[in-house]
Amino acid sequence: MTNEFNSLFYGFHFYLFGIIAVVSAIVFVTRKSPVAAALWLVNVLFCLAALYVLLDAQFIGAIQVLVYAGAIMVVFLFVVMLLNLGDATVVDIRGNAGRIAAGFVGALLLAEVSVLARARFPGQIELPASSGAEVVQGPGGIIAPIAEPLFREYLLAFELTSMLLLTAIVGAVVLGRKRG
Amino acid sequence: MLAESLFFSAVLFTIGVVGVLTRRNAIIIFMCVELMLNAVNLTFVALSKLYGATGQVFVVFVMTVAAAEAAVGLAIIISIFRHRQSVNLEDINLLKG
Repeated sequence: MTNEFNSLFYGFHFYLFGIIAVVSAIVFVTRKSPVAAALWLVNVLFCLAALYVLLDAQFIGAIQVLVYAGAIMVVFLFVVMLLNLGDATVVDIRGNAGRIAAGFVGALLLAEVSVLARARFPGQIELPASSGAEVVQGPGGIIAPIAEPLFREYLLAFELTSMLLLTAIVGAVVLGRKRG
Repeated sequence: MLAESLFFSAVLFTIGVVGVLTRRNAIIIFMCVELMLNAVNLTFVALSKLYGATGQVFVVFVMTVAAAEAAVGLAIIISIFRHRQSVNLEDINLLKG
């Protein structure tokens, strides 16, 4: 495991997908057209799915492709199509003051987060009982380590999620309906 | 690879924040929010390698909330577009004094 983890092959693909994700994200925020921006964001999401697989979270990678790239981005593209916003000719990026403010805030945030990322992590934290540290080696494959906490410790949150989805469905229908 | 994951996550989150601050198109701002949520998901997955699979459970929850947020938010955008014929935030300033 450690041998494979440190191998050149692994590191090369990790950096490859990470750098593609960052470059695609930069291209994404600078596109004029919402359709082009959405397609670049799909590229970012696919690269993140590859990173999840490289981090031994295969189930999350599959869900990422299915839910994010497959469902959520399709909703975005559908709304762009519905409102006929595809051919944006006017640049909607804010003026110089906004750009400078955004650059300043971005640099500050990046510095802050990079300081936090270099902090020491505690080796031991209080974990719930059923969370297996070895994600892959469990007897139930790669799904069981996710499913067990989901349906035991976080069962209440899981049920509340269903309420949230129901509320979102009703809200979307009410808001999107044409009045009168 | 933990430090690299956190680095990529921080960079993606910052790009999302800068996008929200610089763009005026409401749909693109929504997509930037999705990018920020994804950056946080990458942090969860990277730390779940160290601390156990509970982080991946939280990723599932974050994705659910993101889906609900996208549905309701885009419905609001469609509703605003019916009134104003625009999704540019400069045109949607009725509450501004």
